Amino acid sequence: MNLALRDIRYHRGRFILTSIGLGLLLGVVMSMGGIYRGLFADALAVLNFTRADIWVVQQDTNGPFAENSRIPEETKYRISAVPGVAEASPLSFQTIQIERMGKPFRFYLIGHDLNGFGGPPLIIAGRNIRQKHYEMVVAKAMRMEIGEKIHLGLHDYTVVGITGKVVSASGDPAAYVSLADAQEIQFKKDNDAIRNDRVRIGANLAGIPSLSPAQAKFLRQNIAGITESTHTVNTVVARLAPGADLKEVQERISRWNHFRPISSEEQTKILTKGMIEKARKQLGLFRIILLVISAVIISLIIYTTTLDKIRTIATLKLIGSQNRVIVGMILQQSLLMGVIAYGIGYLLISLTYEKFPRRIVLEPSDLQALFVIVIAICTISSFVGIRKALKVEPAEALGG
Amino acid sequence: MYAIEVERLTKIYGKGETAVTAISDATFQVRPGELVAILGPSGSGKTTLLTAIGLINEPTHGKVVIDGAAVADEGWLPGLDLKRLRREKLGFIFQAHNLIPFLTALENVMIALEINRLTRREATERATELLASLNLGHRLHSYPTALSGGESQRVAIARALANRPKVILADEPTAALDTENGRNVMALLKKLAVENHSAILVVTHDRRMVEGFDRIFRVSDGRIVGEDGNGISRDFT
Repeated sequence: MNLALRDIRYHRGRFILTSIGLGLLLGVVMSMGGIYRGLFADALAVLNFTRADIWVVQQDTNGPFAENSRIPEETKYRISAVPGVAEASPLSFQTIQIERMGKPFRFYLIGHDLNGFGGPPLIIAGRNIRQKHYEMVVAKAMRMEIGEKIHLGLHDYTVVGITGKVVSASGDPAAYVSLADAQEIQFKKDNDAIRNDRVRIGANLAGIPSLSPAQAKFLRQNIAGITESTHTVNTVVARLAPGADLKEVQERISRWNHFRPISSEEQTKILTKGMIEKARKQLGLFRIILLVISAVIISLIIYTTTLDKIRTIATLKLIGSQNRVIVGMILQQSLLMGVIAYGIGYLLISLTYEKFPRRIVLEPSDLQALFVIVIAICTISSFVGIRKALKVEPAEALGG
Repeated sequence: MYAIEVERLTKIYGKGETAVTAISDATFQVRPGELVAILGPSGSGKTTLLTAIGLINEPTHGKVVIDGAAVADEGWLPGLDLKRLRREKLGFIFQAHNLIPFLTALENVMIALEINRLTRREATERATELLASLNLGHRLHSYPTALSGGESQRVAIARALANRPKVILADEPTAALDTENGRNVMALLKKLAVENHSAILVVTHDRRMVEGFDRIFRVSDGRIVGEDGNGISRDFT
């Protein structure tokens, strides 16, 4: 006769509620693991979708994701000319937060050369950008419809296509526009600001006594043109020709002033070890704390249910039951509770993980490891109850 | 051969100045089929005597023999498997019936049989038969909470009888019952003693419940101070 199952059958309400509670806790542990994996996936999403071998950024920076980087757009021509480079393409990145339907609406805007690479990896609805201006492709997570318009900078942009799960390192969904549009959104000033700048520059130049009025006018016109230029990008990405040596290409670009060529591998390291390291450690610690809490809760449940059964255990001992029957009853209940709670947690997270605001990646290896940990916790936790049960004297069955 | 033989049984708790003698120099025998009561007020040592005979509480001095097997002689005899002896030779009935709350009446009896290594089928058959003989055939699948006090105690009696023990030890079996149910239980024990040829030793403080017992040992302050039975009443000095 399996006493553990009989006890559970009798106290099924209590057992189910306890298992659900524990299952919710384990669901949180699983989601923590999923968020942890999701952080990696998010951090590397743009990097992986771009499929570039080299990221050329501003010298002495870890751009364009970890640090700000600004380089001239025309650098792409110099990089394209480097032996071993098959193609180069400029990219611009910026995080935008606007108000949409009365709520903050945050996304990651990627500007790309329509003739280059680094654009939307996959179009799941609509089409890719065809016009140089005022079209955009948005990630599904932005929940925008095709044909919907959004006002950015000085203009309205129309959604023409939907792409998959592309997000920034901080988890904001990505939107793609042409490089020219992205540069305009980022750098173009409105007419009043341009007029003010021109007046200020003119006044400054006019105040220089060594300049003639003609020189001042000439300079004003040209300097204003330079300051109003938007031809700046955050990075130029390059793909290598087959057989090209990455180190050699990097070395060649490093010789130029003002640029730093970062390999894809180095960029991965910057993103994972630098940007999300603290979040990763925090989540890891949080998972450990939750597992410890789970262990304490299981121990307490097993201990209190054992206390409830003191007289039963004493009676069993008195009628000659072996210790293994009593140990088996406590251990089986603990394990069954762990297995059912794990199942509830898994079911919960499987049904809800796609609805989380941030990406949850459920790795089978993580889930298997958690299952082993849960079994170990249940086994160890049951020792508290078993220890108590083994100390119960048969004489405790006597008396009122 | 006696079912229970107790000779100069003494149990002392603690040592030195704090030592308390719970039972002192108890000597008696119980024959198979005999219904014997240990009668005494609360704290007189009757439960201590029962636990020593029940192989629960090790005697400090004296001898205990159960069904011809010596179990204690100045403490437990070495090499004894007390659990096995309790399982095979003894049956227990408790004051609060001590049915396992999460087992049905049938399962409460079956557990005693399964512990004694009977197969599920054999255990089911014997437990069903036993409960039916105690007029509980309609309560086989009821949980203890659904049973009345008298029914619960009858299930407990069925569990005590399940392994056909030579000795049944009952600790205040009527204390939780009303007078009528208490008398019924005592009558049942008397019947079972005769039918099963088991020695039944009942400890109780209630003189009203021991009517019709074969013998009654009166206990006071840890000593057997008298014996009533077979129409004779005598006091020990």
